[in-house]
Amino acid sequence: MTGRALTAAEAGLVSCETCSLLARPAGADDHGYCPRCGGELSQRHHHSIQYTWALVIAAAICYIPANVLPVLTTNALGSSESDTILGGVFLLYDTGSWPLALIVLIASVMVPLGKLIALSYLLISVQRGSLKNTRDRTRLYRLVEFIGRWSMLDVFVDTFTVALIQLQPLMSVEPGMGVLFFAAVVVLTMIAAETFDPRLIWDTPNSRQGHHG
Amino acid sequence: MASPLAETVACPDCDLLQCIPELDPGDKARCARCGHVLASQSADPLDRPLALTLAALLVFIVANTTSLMDLSAVGRFASTTIPQGAYEMWMQGERVTGVIVAFCAVIAPGAYILFMLTVLIAVRRPPAPHWVGELLRWGMAMQPWSMGEVMILGILVALIKIAELASVGAGIGMFAVGALVVLLAAISITFDPREVWHRVEWADGSVRVAEGSGR
Repeated sequence: MTGRALTAAEAGLVSCETCSLLARPAGADDHGYCPRCGGELSQRHHHSIQYTWALVIAAAICYIPANVLPVLTTNALGSSESDTILGGVFLLYDTGSWPLALIVLIASVMVPLGKLIALSYLLISVQRGSLKNTRDRTRLYRLVEFIGRWSMLDVFVDTFTVALIQLQPLMSVEPGMGVLFFAAVVVLTMIAAETFDPRLIWDTPNSRQGHHG
Repeated sequence: MASPLAETVACPDCDLLQCIPELDPGDKARCARCGHVLASQSADPLDRPLALTLAALLVFIVANTTSLMDLSAVGRFASTTIPQGAYEMWMQGERVTGVIVAFCAVIAPGAYILFMLTVLIAVRRPPAPHWVGELLRWGMAMQPWSMGEVMILGILVALIKIAELASVGAGIGMFAVGALVVLLAAISITFDPREVWHRVEWADGSVRVAEGSGR
C-alpha cells in the first residue's frame, strides 16, 4: 500500500450502514439514499453524541429505582416478603448456589453499571477529540455492544418465577416495579450502544468538521 | 491493484477504506486498523442457512408451545410456557415488562426466523426483488433483540431458585430453547449477507448482479 490510509469520509464517500455499499453522497447536507438497498445514507449517525448522552442519562436515572424497588414479592400463607435485585443475589448465595449468585450479580448489577461508565467514557473521550487508545476504545465499544443483552437475565428469571409460582392461596409471587425499571435500563443502554457511532472514535479534527457531532 | 472480485468497503467501526480480497471458504477479512470482521466467507452461504432456518422454525414452534418447566408442591401442579410467562407479567400489572419479555423472547426471534426464511428462499433465483433487501434489513435489526441464550440462562436460574421451595423439572420446551439457541448461532455463522446484496435488484430498479456471485 502506498500513501496514507484514507477513510470514506475523507474521500468524500459514504458507506451504507445496511448493505455496506460505498456511494458518492447526493449532496453536501443531504446524503440521499443508498442506490442498492434504499437505506438513508449518512456519514455518521445523526446527532450521535447528543442522542447517546440522553439515553445514557435516562438509563442512569432508571438504574436507581431498578435497584431500590422490589422486583419480586412472595406471598406465602398470609405473610409476604419483597426482594430487590441485590436481595435476590443474597438469597441465591444463602441457599448455597454461589456460582449462580455470582452470575446474577455480574449480569444484573455490574454489567449495567459498567455499560453506563463505559459509554460515558467513550462519549467524553470523543467530545474531547482524544486520539489515544483508539483501538482499545473500539474494543471497549464492541464489548458494550456484545454484553448488553445479558443484563436481561434477571427479567427472565423474574418472569418465569412469577409465571410458575401461582399456587393461590398457598403461595404466589408477584412482580414489583423494580423489574420495569430494570428492563428499561437494559433497553435504554442497548439503544444507546446502537446510536453511538464508533467511527467518531477514529475521526481526526479535520475529518470531524464535515459532519454532525 | 484491485482484482476484479475485490470490493472496496469502508469499515463500519472506523470508516477506513480498504479492499476485501477474494476469500477462500472459512477465511475472514479483518479491518487493517481496528480489527473489525469485514467479511467472512462461508462455504455455502445460502443453502446451509436455509436448512438451518427451516429447522429453527420448527424448533421455535415447539419451544413456544410446550412447557418450559413443571412444578409440583403439596399436591398442586403447575407448568409454564414462554408466552405464558409474558402473559402472566401483563396480568400481574407489569404490562410494559410483559411486552418487553414477549418482544425479546418470542417476537424478535420469530420475526428473525421468518424474515431470514423469506430472504433465503427469495434470493435463490437472482436477481431477487428489491423487497428482499428490505426484509434482510429488518431481520438484521431483530438480531440483537432476540435473546434466546439469555432466556435459557434465566430459566435455569429460576429453576434452581424454585427448587428450594418445591420440586421442579425441566420440560420439553427448555430443551427446545437450547436447540433454538444453537440453531440461531449456526445460522449467523453460515449466512453471508454480502451474498444476498450481490443478488438483490438495486433500489433504482437496475439489475447489477455482481460478478462471481454465482456460487
